[in-house]
Amino acid sequence: MSPTNTDFILAVEGLTVSFDGFKAVNDLNFYVDKNEIRVVIGPNGAGKTTVLDLICGRTQATSGSIKFKNRELTRMSEPNIVKAGVGRKFQNPSVYTDLTVFENLEISYPSGRSVFGCLAFKRSPEVIARIEEVAERIFLSDQLYTQADLLSHGQKQWLEIGMLLIQKPELLMLDEPVAGMSVAERRQTAVLLREIAKEHTMIVIEHDMQFVAEIAHKVTVLHQGRILAEGSPDKVKHDPKVIEVYLGH
Amino acid sequence: MPFNTFKEYMSRQDVLAFAVLALLLLVVFPLSLDILRLNQVGKFLSFAFVAVGLVLCWGYGGILSLGQGVFYGLGGYAMAMYLKLEASSPENTSIQSTPGIPDFMDWNRITELPWFWVPFNSLTVALIAIVVVPAVFAYLIGFAMFKRRVSGVYFAIITQSIAAIMTILIIGQQGLTGGVNGITDLRTLKGWEINTDFASYVFYFVCVAMLFVCLFIAQFIRMSKVGKILIAMRGQEDRVRFSGYDIANFKIFVFCVGAAFAGIGGAMFTLQEGFMSPSFVGIVPSIEMVIFCAVGGRLSLPGAVYGALLVNIAKTTFGEAFPQLWLFAMGLIFIGVVLALPNGVAGVYNTFFARPVDALMARVLGRDKTRNTLTVPEQGVTS
Amino acid sequence: MFSDFTTAELGAIFAMQGFAGLILFAVFVLMALGLAIIFGQMKVINMAHGEFMILGAYVTYVTSNMFASHIPDFFGYYFLVAIVLAFLAAGALGALVEWGMIRFLYKRPLDTLLATWGLSLILQQTYRSVFGAREVGVVTPEWLDGSYRLTDMIEVPINGMFVMAIAVMATIAVALLMYRSSWGKQVRAVVQNRPMAGAVGINTARVDRMTFALGCGIAGIAGSAFTMIGSTGPTAGQAYIVDTFLVVVFGGAASLMGTVASAFTISQSQSILEFFMGGSMAKVLTLLTVVVILMLRPQGLFTLKVRR
Repeated sequence: MSPTNTDFILAVEGLTVSFDGFKAVNDLNFYVDKNEIRVVIGPNGAGKTTVLDLICGRTQATSGSIKFKNRELTRMSEPNIVKAGVGRKFQNPSVYTDLTVFENLEISYPSGRSVFGCLAFKRSPEVIARIEEVAERIFLSDQLYTQADLLSHGQKQWLEIGMLLIQKPELLMLDEPVAGMSVAERRQTAVLLREIAKEHTMIVIEHDMQFVAEIAHKVTVLHQGRILAEGSPDKVKHDPKVIEVYLGH
Repeated sequence: MPFNTFKEYMSRQDVLAFAVLALLLLVVFPLSLDILRLNQVGKFLSFAFVAVGLVLCWGYGGILSLGQGVFYGLGGYAMAMYLKLEASSPENTSIQSTPGIPDFMDWNRITELPWFWVPFNSLTVALIAIVVVPAVFAYLIGFAMFKRRVSGVYFAIITQSIAAIMTILIIGQQGLTGGVNGITDLRTLKGWEINTDFASYVFYFVCVAMLFVCLFIAQFIRMSKVGKILIAMRGQEDRVRFSGYDIANFKIFVFCVGAAFAGIGGAMFTLQEGFMSPSFVGIVPSIEMVIFCAVGGRLSLPGAVYGALLVNIAKTTFGEAFPQLWLFAMGLIFIGVVLALPNGVAGVYNTFFARPVDALMARVLGRDKTRNTLTVPEQGVTS
Repeated sequence: MFSDFTTAELGAIFAMQGFAGLILFAVFVLMALGLAIIFGQMKVINMAHGEFMILGAYVTYVTSNMFASHIPDFFGYYFLVAIVLAFLAAGALGALVEWGMIRFLYKRPLDTLLATWGLSLILQQTYRSVFGAREVGVVTPEWLDGSYRLTDMIEVPINGMFVMAIAVMATIAVALLMYRSSWGKQVRAVVQNRPMAGAVGINTARVDRMTFALGCGIAGIAGSAFTMIGSTGPTAGQAYIVDTFLVVVFGGAASLMGTVASAFTISQSQSILEFFMGGSMAKVLTLLTVVVILMLRPQGLFTLKVRR
């Protein structure tokens, strides 16, 4: 299959990865529109996280192509994929626990990324203003100088989302962003994500079907490394195959 | 400068720690010790260079190198090669069968100066080599390892092997390196006697000055964004990578800086002691250097200096009095520090004294407002 | 360097040096087996591994003296007894060390390195105080002396074959223990997921202690074998620690077959090169080659590609 040029912000075609013969992702095709919130669901081991790993370069594809704004990602290094405009949040909130919220966001600020750029990096008024602005969006204005280790689980999730936002990526990939959050925090997060979607495209992995219905424009269901179904949250919810393997009766 | 204010470069605690150290090294020691003892302190301080480099590499970067002796040795040998060539002028060596080459070469029936010795006829080349050769060597090792994401234990083992190889090589190639005795019998620097008391005083102060240059550079790296990236990297390498940083470059950078510091330390040793030998290159000295850093506190720059001083002073005084028991004591110190004081002497200070001192300074000087929490990293150790 | 010899001579040299390298191979295999368990499985960097080996060597030395002075008639068999005693002594010390030190450090692997280095200093000084700084040697029993004439030019040393046999048996025993016994299954479970293993009722503390003790015990056996190639001194073990770590890493830390193969490669190339360029350069060349290969292929010789 020859990769084609498309209008989609992300076009994944024929993507396959095998670990010692086991195909974690098998001949996957899917396309994401600009400013879309795409939710990926599926049972454990369906290959959801692996797909994100492949897109952001953490895992090398065995075959297939991943095109982001018509740029091939499969051969790019991770930092270059980030610089191209792809941001990624991990399943377990990965924030820098030894640093303050301010410093967490500061490190994520997209300038001075080379060693010597870092040596010369200065906390200019623009940087501080931008950090304060993002902190406000992720509900952490009052915790700016708190060590990240002391935040609640939900606040850490927000902080990691904030660390992506400050990079201004065109595509955000969030792996289980509301895991471990209270009901109130979930609601706040749903508002936040819909707000973010006005400027960014998002791929979200999530298990909570109620939350999925709240945010998703389109849902992709993965099963054993292949796409089982795709469509609006409502359509997917009533798909008999999806009910069979994932949602249960 | 990347800092808005001086406070972003050094907190009050840092200023205090540096000032106390400067007072100790520049005033207290020179006034209270005779030149023999002061010369000994200078030797210990030459190890402190390595320990300061290890604070950056190991404490901040999480890269444990067991081969720092190699870089210390490279710097020391670079200095010693120059001094040896100066001492081996044709007039001084006229009794040799080949005058004008170092004596040990003559003993090994070498009749021509080997090619890699030739540049060391120039002091400028030698001084550049002290910093550049260790740094370039570290760059090659670091590039090969970190770009392939080898780190932690494997890195430690590989660097240790390099230290072992280096020692065997130096000892084995007696004609080229002076073998197990090293390069000895160094006399003058540009015609100036280096074995006099006066020279010892001069070298001591040069050593302290260079140490502070290294400390200020290290402090700059620590408080710049590089320092924060290193801390961030320790626990969340992937997160840093997916914030757009090439992690390997940061590791290579601190490893090179650490190597350059070690090289300067080695050169300081050669100047003060008048010789360099493979006994400072191998596995044992390399691990001891890590211990200096661990005892001082692997996250504290001044701590590294105190660590080097404390362990070596203990080694000398205790070792002179009870040579039998010294190894027991040393072993127990290592185990004790690792088990009970993972942040070393600096950790003890931070736990018991940092707050009262801070409060005192606040009363005298007014409140200190900074955005950093880095100044007192109490739970910083995760290796 | 080969041009001075005929092909037949070269063949003979290779074979002779190869057989001469057998004891070194056996020592490497036994040392590396112990370390492969401690380092490969438990991720503990035991810098005192060489001192455990030397403990085994001293036990062998003491046993041979006891036999010589008390039951000289049975002197020929002291070596067999010594192997068992060396295993038990080193294993017991290992269990003690795990209890007193290692168990606090499982989450800080680089720190085990420093602590065990401290331990190695203490052990060295202990050996010096007890046995003196002078190196000691053992008398090889008669039946292990001499060699077997294979051809005109090739002779096989009998003690080499014997030590080799011990190494092979130890390897098989460890392989069976790790991959065929329920205890081995527990070890692997604890290594992979400590809290989970604890939750399903495995006594993780006990498993850790026994695993560490086993690794140290095998180092003790290596010490017995070591008495055949070198004299025993307080610091003799230190010379082996780098080689052993390289053997383990080169073989791919978790693979037993890899460990054996890499021990063979390293000991044989060292032994054969020694004939042509002398001991120290042979060692430099061997170690350098291994280090360069490891830089190019850090995962070692035998590894699986796994999902992260």
